[in-house]
Amino acid sequence: MSEQVHEAAGGRMVTGDYAAAWGARVSRPKVIAAYPITPQTMIIEHLAEFIAAGQLDAEMMRVESEHSALAAVIAAEATGVRTYTATSSQGLALMHEPLFVAPPMHLPIVMSVVNRTVAAPLGIWVEHNDTMPQRDTGWMQVYVEDAQEALDMVLQAYRIAENPDVELPMMIGMDAFLVSHTIESVDLPSPEAADAFLPPFRPPHVYLDPGRPLVVGPAAPPDYIPEVRWETDLRMRRALDVLEDADRAFGAAFGRTYGGALETYRMEDAEIGLVTLGTVTSTAREVVDLYRSTGEKVGLIKLRSFRPFPAEALRRATKDLMALGVFDRAVSYGVGGPTWIEVRNALYDTHDIPVVDFLAGLGGRDVTLEDVSLMIKKTRDAAGRGRAAGGVRWIGTRGVEP
Amino acid sequence: MTTIKDLPEEDYFESGHTACPGCGGAMVVRAAMKVLGPNTVVYMPASCLLIFSDMYPLNAFRVPSLQVLFETSAICAAGIKRALKQQGKDDVTVVAFAGDGGTADIGMQALSGAAERNEDILYVCYDNEAYMNTGIQRSGTTPFGAWTTTTPLGPGAEGRGKLEFKKDVPRILMAHDVPYVATASLAFPVDFLKKMEKAKAKKGFRYLHVLAPCPVGWKAESDRTVELAKLAVETGIFTLMEFEDGVFRISREPRFTPVREYLRGQGRFKHLTDGQVAAIEAWVRAKWERDRALAKALGPKAPPSVAVGTLREK
Repeated sequence: MSEQVHEAAGGRMVTGDYAAAWGARVSRPKVIAAYPITPQTMIIEHLAEFIAAGQLDAEMMRVESEHSALAAVIAAEATGVRTYTATSSQGLALMHEPLFVAPPMHLPIVMSVVNRTVAAPLGIWVEHNDTMPQRDTGWMQVYVEDAQEALDMVLQAYRIAENPDVELPMMIGMDAFLVSHTIESVDLPSPEAADAFLPPFRPPHVYLDPGRPLVVGPAAPPDYIPEVRWETDLRMRRALDVLEDADRAFGAAFGRTYGGALETYRMEDAEIGLVTLGTVTSTAREVVDLYRSTGEKVGLIKLRSFRPFPAEALRRATKDLMALGVFDRAVSYGVGGPTWIEVRNALYDTHDIPVVDFLAGLGGRDVTLEDVSLMIKKTRDAAGRGRAAGGVRWIGTRGVEP
Repeated sequence: MTTIKDLPEEDYFESGHTACPGCGGAMVVRAAMKVLGPNTVVYMPASCLLIFSDMYPLNAFRVPSLQVLFETSAICAAGIKRALKQQGKDDVTVVAFAGDGGTADIGMQALSGAAERNEDILYVCYDNEAYMNTGIQRSGTTPFGAWTTTTPLGPGAEGRGKLEFKKDVPRILMAHDVPYVATASLAFPVDFLKKMEKAKAKKGFRYLHVLAPCPVGWKAESDRTVELAKLAVETGIFTLMEFEDGVFRISREPRFTPVREYLRGQGRFKHLTDGQVAAIEAWVRAKWERDRALAKALGPKAPPSVAVGTLREK
């Protein structure tokens, strides 16, 4: 099957998981470690197939937990090779501890995360409550909308992560089932085309080599740790420009670009805006078109990068708005959606407009055209009433008035 | 190597580390590194060893070393090895040095996984029988009756030191049918170093469990480390054994010195009642019955039933 797909590169019908696995394959990682979890499983199954078919020369570590999966690629990356892993939900939660280790150690690991509900209640459908709590680990995190973007971002992710100004790991969020298991037409770049875009991995200065004995990951007293934190923060800030460059270079190589850290849709003269992440963006474009067809000046911002957070680009895109709505598929209990918290913080100094949070689609509940339409209506209702008109609204939740 | 005099003079774990006087763990690592030599990569978990050897900007190793997390020794060593293999550097020995807590307790899952996959690594557990770095808390390998800060003494029913017997990690590893499992003691350096040499030469998953007395945690004089390591063997409390390609051997038949000789002089056992000592004696007897039965069943003369280790791809 894999070989057929390869030969017919360009517009094959594949799942999002296959697309992500293909992105990993043509990025030529040397060590892959993973543990199965629904709905990520097909990614690692396909990678195992690529290796079994002799199409990918990599060590595949079929480890005993996600904690070990990430620890293994951290150790391998620290030895100086390109690595890949993938997980979802509980698996990412189990990785929480090793996540912190990679960024200060300059390890540009790339990981696809199929966004899935975190128990309790146990659920396998899409939610962003798995990746959002990893915000402060130092990993870059981006969200994609479809299978093509899930693939393309793997290639872009290595290019961004391995840039010497960045050297940070990146996780690529892709919605459970809506991306992972949905079969779409996807352009599968050839390994040669990928090679031309993504140069071979050059390990950072410090890596494990008996010919040059160095310590990787020592303990450190307070005398040294604040500078490590500052330097990691600096690299995260630098990543914004690098991310934009990578998207432009990708466009030049493959004819597809995504707008960098965020993509705007019909925002030119918009008065009402909505921020979305992931697959809801596709629904929201339809809704924006519907409003536009009735003459209402509504626009959409697809937030692609959550870390680094594109605060300046967001301020520019929203400078003429009267109100901004934010879609969140995750909740910080007692406060609101994580995206809303970030967006409102970014606009606080410069924009005196209401920023309204819409908690929707939690646990994988479908977010309909009507739901998104209601978000825009509620945002419009808050327009012109200043910051105080913002707040948190639960959409499509039984017994709760939105 | 046939005698202690043949040991190389070069050290790859050097003086200048900040371990306590009489630290068994530091002695284990120093001796092991003499055998392993320069073409080695070391993994250490968060542990005494990390703190006394790799606290920035100090470094006591003359080979590269990595620390990631407490419970990831086996998996990180495996990750290093896989990457080296991909780089064409398969000749490098990857060794993990972890304490008993990082091995027998929090590290067990990764250890078992790496053993089952027969990852090509050498795992050395220096067993000082408690969480010493965090201040002498009980671990799975703390022996029965031992005082620790989490098995304190008191008038209550639980105030008698540790209520359970020591977890037998080597036997757990044997159940994984790995190519090599052995125990060693600082007091028998030739046996220890020969086992290190053997472990270094083999491919696949290799495990060495070395008893490493801790003067601080055991509440013993710092000049008695080797003596205690010796008494642990000679009383039969700590068995010197080897499990090589499916064959089990007892490395040294002890003198069966009374266990009180070992317990005496260790503050952690000072409170033991006669009943507790009798329980330890009974445990030693039962362990030796079992070890002898194992040696008989899995010894070199036994038919290679389903000669475990040999099933592994070499």
